[in-house]
Amino acid sequence: MKRVAITGQGIVCALGNNLGECWAMTTSGQTAIAPLRDPGSPPYKFQTGAEARNFEPLAQFTEKDLVILERFALFAVAAAREAVAQSGLRFEGELGERTAIVTGSSVGGQFAEEEGYQRLYRENNPRVAPLTIPRTMANAGASQISLEFGIHGPAYTVSTACSSSNHAIGQAFWMIRSGQVKAAVTGGSEAVFSEGLLRAWEAMRVVSPEPCRPFSADRRGLSLGEGGAMFVLEEWEHARARGAAIIGEVVGFGMSSDAHHITQPCASGPARAMQWALEDAQLSPEEIDYINAHGTGTQANDATESEAIRNVFGAAAEQVLVSSTKSLHGHALGAAGAIEAVLTSQALRCQTVPPTVNFRERDPACNLNIVANEARRAPLRTALSNTFAFGGLNATLVLRRGPDQ
Amino acid sequence: MPADAGTDQLGHKVIEVIARTQRIPVESVTPDSTFDQLKIDSLDGINIVFELEKEFNIDIPDEGVARLKTVRETIDGVRQLVEKKSETAASGAV
Repeated sequence: MKRVAITGQGIVCALGNNLGECWAMTTSGQTAIAPLRDPGSPPYKFQTGAEARNFEPLAQFTEKDLVILERFALFAVAAAREAVAQSGLRFEGELGERTAIVTGSSVGGQFAEEEGYQRLYRENNPRVAPLTIPRTMANAGASQISLEFGIHGPAYTVSTACSSSNHAIGQAFWMIRSGQVKAAVTGGSEAVFSEGLLRAWEAMRVVSPEPCRPFSADRRGLSLGEGGAMFVLEEWEHARARGAAIIGEVVGFGMSSDAHHITQPCASGPARAMQWALEDAQLSPEEIDYINAHGTGTQANDATESEAIRNVFGAAAEQVLVSSTKSLHGHALGAAGAIEAVLTSQALRCQTVPPTVNFRERDPACNLNIVANEARRAPLRTALSNTFAFGGLNATLVLRRGPDQ
Repeated sequence: MPADAGTDQLGHKVIEVIARTQRIPVESVTPDSTFDQLKIDSLDGINIVFELEKEFNIDIPDEGVARLKTVRETIDGVRQLVEKKSETAASGAV
């Protein structure tokens, strides 16, 4: 089996337009969850979210690009550009054919879809924009990445709600580890602040009326977020041979389905995903220093995830540091796994655990070593990053600190 | 709490909405039924509350939804909101 190096990372979300900006906000403990730019009419029941308000598409895309690329695809390409630039890879010749692109997105081009419906049903105009289909398709980001970088290998998009990106990264990891491909651009993106989607979340009654406070006893639900994040993963020896800096390593991946309920979580499914990921990484719970939790901020998720961590980690749960960065960048649905995996990788690199901000009060049902409100310096070797989706689909990644920092 | 909470018009209407939303016979729903007995889980509860809001033109707060465990609590909750709405309307008319 091949080792899988991280040689590039890219991210754009409410925290910033690149990894440097996002990490600075993360470690300073400043949440990017803010009042919505469009409060809705009538107003949405929740008035905050983590919008990527400083993302200026025209700063890095042409007007022509914006004709074909929907917001979620722009996030995917912007993150991929940063990751590929950092890796220094050029996908010429055989490498281009042996490089994969695997992305995650839950809802794809929701804005384009809603624009079409608006014309049809609100304006009684049957002339829907001709590019609605390519703008809406969930693989628009993956396809544009292949076009831009001339990557000719396997490319596809996984859609498993909030686990989309972890499933995507896990697949890319396994493809490199098994020797099927040499490299992969992998992660995910999502743009959630469309009127139709916000109304649907409002009706689900799981969005907090205030910025989310994961694991806090007085938590009232999740806060939505948007953005994209990508890794360049590369076969270890390939990276070494070309003298690339190895900034981290993917060492394990595990997944499971609850087969319990379409929206209610249960502890056994997430526990099995974490257990499988540890076995895949050939690590024991004692060797894990940090867990970037799914930590949505709903009563049900955080209590269930805590129970699952306790069940898997046993006595080691006393030591392992846990935080939910969703308190900083919101819940970016299909992009959540990618954003959180990149921040987890950066945590390992910088030996700093990101904080769970807005935390006020310990909850006996979340009896974990929560890193609350302030980032914490700590020696970190390996970390888990969890995602659990509606539909009961769970995916856990295991990352290790790289040799070149 | 009035003994006939479930038998007046409002109570009947709430029971009808619960039965219709849950796709179960209206006779199977009584004021004393618990959500567990009727196999109403949290997701069903959200659907029922959505229909009740439409039926009675009220706004049911998120926090209240999670606390509902029985048909009687649902009827009482709806009644409070309906009364509050008519009080507000009355004071607005003065």
